[in-house]
Amino acid sequence: MGTYRDACKSGQFVVSGEVGPPKGTNVARMLHDIDLLKDKCDGLNVTDNQSAVMRLGSLAVSAEIVRRGGDPIFQTTCRDRNRLGLQSDLLSASFCGITNVLCLTGDHPVVGDHKQAKSVFDFDSVHLIQCCKKMNAGTDWEGNALDGGTDFFVGAVVTPEADPLEPQMYKFACKVEAGADFFQTQAVYDMDNFQRFMEQAREIYAGTDVKMMAGLVVLTGLGMAKYMNRAVPGIFVPDALLEELGSVAKEDQIKKGMEIAARHIAFLRDNKVCDGVHVMAIGKEEIIPEILDMAGVVR
Amino acid sequence: MIISKKKPFEEVAEDLEGLSRIVILGCGECATATRTGGPEEVAEMKAKLEELGKSVVFTEIVHTGCHELDVKRILRQAKDQVGDADGFLILSCGAGTQAARAATDKRVIPGCDPLFLGNIQRSMDFMEKCSHCGACIIDDTGAICPITRCAKGLVNGPCGGTSHGKCEIDPNMDCAWTLIFAQLKREGREDKMTKINPPKDWNVIRHPAELMDRGPDKQKMGKEV
Repeated sequence: MGTYRDACKSGQFVVSGEVGPPKGTNVARMLHDIDLLKDKCDGLNVTDNQSAVMRLGSLAVSAEIVRRGGDPIFQTTCRDRNRLGLQSDLLSASFCGITNVLCLTGDHPVVGDHKQAKSVFDFDSVHLIQCCKKMNAGTDWEGNALDGGTDFFVGAVVTPEADPLEPQMYKFACKVEAGADFFQTQAVYDMDNFQRFMEQAREIYAGTDVKMMAGLVVLTGLGMAKYMNRAVPGIFVPDALLEELGSVAKEDQIKKGMEIAARHIAFLRDNKVCDGVHVMAIGKEEIIPEILDMAGVVR
Repeated sequence: MIISKKKPFEEVAEDLEGLSRIVILGCGECATATRTGGPEEVAEMKAKLEELGKSVVFTEIVHTGCHELDVKRILRQAKDQVGDADGFLILSCGAGTQAARAATDKRVIPGCDPLFLGNIQRSMDFMEKCSHCGACIIDDTGAICPITRCAKGLVNGPCGGTSHGKCEIDPNMDCAWTLIFAQLKREGREDKMTKINPPKDWNVIRHPAELMDRGPDKQKMGKEV
């Protein structure tokens, strides 16, 4: 298996998956998911206290993926650590053989399970990208020389269905300017909207080597799809997909959701809408290989 | 204006356990405007403490409760009444409470929970718009402070949590960056959104902050000390 960075640079259609560390030390299920996905995807995201819920850390799990021969994409948020903590963890990541970093703001503690926690946000996601680039150039944030720099492939996120979209696109431009190498988008379901977003995005990153991956969260049922629409900022599931899911019995809806995901992967690849996809099946990672098969993704 | 709220009376009563001769100080500025330590609240507290069997030996509304010289002068002038007091209950923000701390060695008890620096939008309707971050950047953000009004204090545009122009932590709260962008657009200055702002220099306001300004040679603040 090559690396995520190699896949991105090769011009092939890139596929990444995602692993959510457990809340606790029982890692059997997660290790099973890692082993299942590590050779089917070009890279595996590891979430960082996702949804502001305290869990096993993304650094340790990313390191485990390296040990198992996969290529982790180390998600790092600005919520829990100040600039000292972030940089120290980035050096630790490099030490562990982790080369892909996804720089995120992080959800606010109030939406998670430690609502009284003090949030940090000393850096924002743009600063974190700039910081990775400085460390790649051999210095820390303050410009102090590092005794051995890093070699990170630096990622960021963007929300194509943000409302309003304009300020989001300005932030996207800041992230491009800060030096992001790749983007994974928030989950998209409306392919027309996404194509329009990509036209705008391309104007912004024209002349750079930025790679764009569409985020796809598999719809596992009509209830879940409606919930995503209602409760998750920046996600829009069009009526046509809701009807499609609702057209089959409840127990068959997951199959329908998998078909939709596979269809979107194939559409994005065959029409060269973007450079790859980031496929998430939050808590149901075992269905990812079948989706990739259905989409004709071969590794 | 410093916005505070009254502590529950039970909590105050518990803090005053074992104390019998009480001084109550209010504040003529913020605590009066927020109705937490003005004349009415001080009189109400006096009555409640007397119901508990305590003796309220002196009450006063300090003109500016955080003015340490004011507090010292008032207590000095009232030394006959306050001399044998064993507890000072302060109905104001924490600055007022600690102004009393600077004026007496006896027990000082806070009667309010200080909340934030707030704008008065209308009577008893306060909103935090500035958080004293030490270096104002709102010339470039349409005079709307992202440090304060964005729940995450982000300085380079919105996070992915914006939903219909509202914040991920509260669907009734405006996303600061939605407001900022709309204002910059009105001013024809959307290009300000392309500027990458550096992270804040928190050393400028490291605690405890102190400023002494008695002319250009004698100013000191934060890291300039």
